[in-house]
Amino acid sequence: MSGIIKSEPFTLNIGPQHPSTHGVFRIKVKVDGERIVDAEMVMGYLHRAMEKLAEERTYTQNIPFTDRTDYLASMSNNLGYVLAVEKLAGIGVPDRGNAIRVIMAELQRIASHCMAVGAFTNDTGAWQTPVMWCFRERERVLDLFEMTSGARLTCNYMRIGGVAFDLPREFEPATRKLLADLPGFIDEIEGLLVGNEIFLARTRGVGMLSAETATNFSLSGPMLRGSGIAWDIRKADPYCGYEKYDFQIPIGYQGDAFDRFIVRLEEMRQSVKIVQQALDALPGGPHSTHVPLALRPPAGEAYARVEGPRGELGYYVVSDEGPSPYRFHIRPPSFINLSALKEMTVGGTVADAIVVLGSIDIVVGEIDR
Amino acid sequence: MPAFLITNNWYDFRDLGNLSGKLLDLLDDALPFGVVYVIAALLGFVASFVIFVLPSQLFVGVYGERKLIGRIQSRYGPNRVGPFGLLQPIADAIKLMQKEALTPTSADRALMYLAPIVFVAPCVLLFAVIPFGPNMVFADIPVAIVYFLAVSSIPVLTTFMAGWSHNNKYSLFGAMRVVAMTISYELPLVLGMLGVVLFTATLGLQSTVLWQKEMDIWLVFLQPLAFAIFFLGASAELNRTPTDIAEAESEIVAGYLTEYSGMKWGLFYGMDIGYAIAAAAFGVTVFLGGWTFFGLEKWVPPWLIFIGKTYLFYFLFIWTRGTLPRLRIDQLMTFAWKFMLPIALLNLVIVATERMFWVEEKADDSIVYAFALINIIAAAAAIYGWSRALGYRPENTPQKARLVSEAGGFVPVDAHGEGSK
Repeated sequence: MSGIIKSEPFTLNIGPQHPSTHGVFRIKVKVDGERIVDAEMVMGYLHRAMEKLAEERTYTQNIPFTDRTDYLASMSNNLGYVLAVEKLAGIGVPDRGNAIRVIMAELQRIASHCMAVGAFTNDTGAWQTPVMWCFRERERVLDLFEMTSGARLTCNYMRIGGVAFDLPREFEPATRKLLADLPGFIDEIEGLLVGNEIFLARTRGVGMLSAETATNFSLSGPMLRGSGIAWDIRKADPYCGYEKYDFQIPIGYQGDAFDRFIVRLEEMRQSVKIVQQALDALPGGPHSTHVPLALRPPAGEAYARVEGPRGELGYYVVSDEGPSPYRFHIRPPSFINLSALKEMTVGGTVADAIVVLGSIDIVVGEIDR
Repeated sequence: MPAFLITNNWYDFRDLGNLSGKLLDLLDDALPFGVVYVIAALLGFVASFVIFVLPSQLFVGVYGERKLIGRIQSRYGPNRVGPFGLLQPIADAIKLMQKEALTPTSADRALMYLAPIVFVAPCVLLFAVIPFGPNMVFADIPVAIVYFLAVSSIPVLTTFMAGWSHNNKYSLFGAMRVVAMTISYELPLVLGMLGVVLFTATLGLQSTVLWQKEMDIWLVFLQPLAFAIFFLGASAELNRTPTDIAEAESEIVAGYLTEYSGMKWGLFYGMDIGYAIAAAAFGVTVFLGGWTFFGLEKWVPPWLIFIGKTYLFYFLFIWTRGTLPRLRIDQLMTFAWKFMLPIALLNLVIVATERMFWVEEKADDSIVYAFALINIIAAAAAIYGWSRALGYRPENTPQKARLVSEAGGFVPVDAHGEGSK
């Protein structure tokens, strides 16, 4: 602010206890009136030393830990980890196991995007309505997870060499019913928000990220695709037989919060398509190969990446032929996506910063690990 | 007098004003001069507040709003306490009274205690001028519209007091936002009201209702622009959701209410609903014919018509709260100064011309129907034209994400022929 009225900036702590930080996360912003002149991220409130803990447990015992990094996408995290261990130990997965993994990962993407879209609209101030609608559909996906794995949030379903259990008999009809209802629900949310002038005013042109900045910050997932870069691990480096499925990569226009929102909505539609195809062509046979419980992979290292709901989710495992990993590292997508926060918030208002944070779709459990 | 017309008999329950008038007349005979005015004032407050405002707050404002928003959000809403959860507001109040009212050590204690109390008083005063029926108006003062607009801006002061006293940055944010917002929204609100006043040539609320009854048309049809401005301005001043930026939960925690707890918070919460009901009552009186309903008031008690209309108007507030996201403060200010103020001025010009024509040509009263038609068309044209002139281009907004089949690098926007401009 310039002119006759002189004002001086003051520091405002957004978080760690704040309704919109989606966990315990803090942004130290310096504001001049409503405008942000500087932003600093403070992380680590939820640090649980997962990477260190994993070095003390066997490879199979580590699977439940991966549930708890990104607790909104436990299936994807399980998948990333078991893929890394399979790569390290050279274990193959039967076709049915791969198909079930794809179904679960895509259902998880739908559930996670429901949460992302709902929380994001909540941050723009739509008082709980879209978030409740999203929760309503997310519950149905979680019901499917409960049916299969016994847990709703931390599923612990993937195993090295396949999945823990075969699909129950009632899974397929329930999933088909959900898949029939989901497009209508996505249209409903789109109808509620995409044509809404207030929503457009709040999100269009907010948190702009050019394609160049997005690549420089090594962003991934809907953040990167919102900036107009067609990049998806499922297409670029297929795993679990994703090359067999017909789907498209949604990309945005100018890289603002609104683009990320419509990209997420479209990704849910594509996920519905993938699950449909996987169910139609579900192969028979075993769902898992036999893997010894005390797995001792040959010495070496492996990095496996999957396209998680939030972006490139990578697991890096090093073995020294012991029963537990010598080094275990996670590449959490929301941690890296969050690194561009300062670029997006400085110059905007406090209200914009909240919208930007919502559009990144962070999960603090994954950022702090 | 025909049987179904409002009579001046005290037993005519269709207008409770007769009964209280009779009672006060009797008291006036018995008591020394002047005492009856004090009793009348007390009776008016007790009647309007305890019989109408408080139950409305509890059962429409708290229970109805929670239930309706629950249904909008596809959940049940309160359904545990009492039949259909009807006792929920009472349970809420008891819970709030039991809670500890914390005061931060660095807060300005006096201001912090005073603010909720000062917040309550104007709400009680507002209902003094609202006509519930032909004789059911506590103070039929000739400048009721000005009185209402003036008294309804007092709570802004208290919200600023509340925000300032906490010594909390979020509260300060909220307080500053309230002040900025109210300064912006009072102007179009008053200008919109001026259009109404020019038509009816009165500043009294009861006479506004009688004018609408006589002309057999509601002012909402004659003044659609003023109605829109009133609704938007009122929801901005009331901190209802599309414009609840002063207590924006997702941004500044709870704005000026951040540090309040217990019944101090409860007073703010309850009175927010009280103000919303007052605004609804005012809107109904000025724009929707008050206690009249095209002749129905002869059969149904007018106060029932009035209360029904008020609740329906309040439903609009609930509905917008349940569906709309929140505007940003600068967007809200831009909207007030660049959109609502010019529209309000345009409305004033239209009304002045029509009124001039009506008086100069000594036209028949039925010309108001022609005016209504002209004004509705003019309102739609003005809103559309002015928003286009300000650069509103909805057709340029992308509706869906672009789709590509292969992973690769950056895809320029015009590569697919559908630009976002």
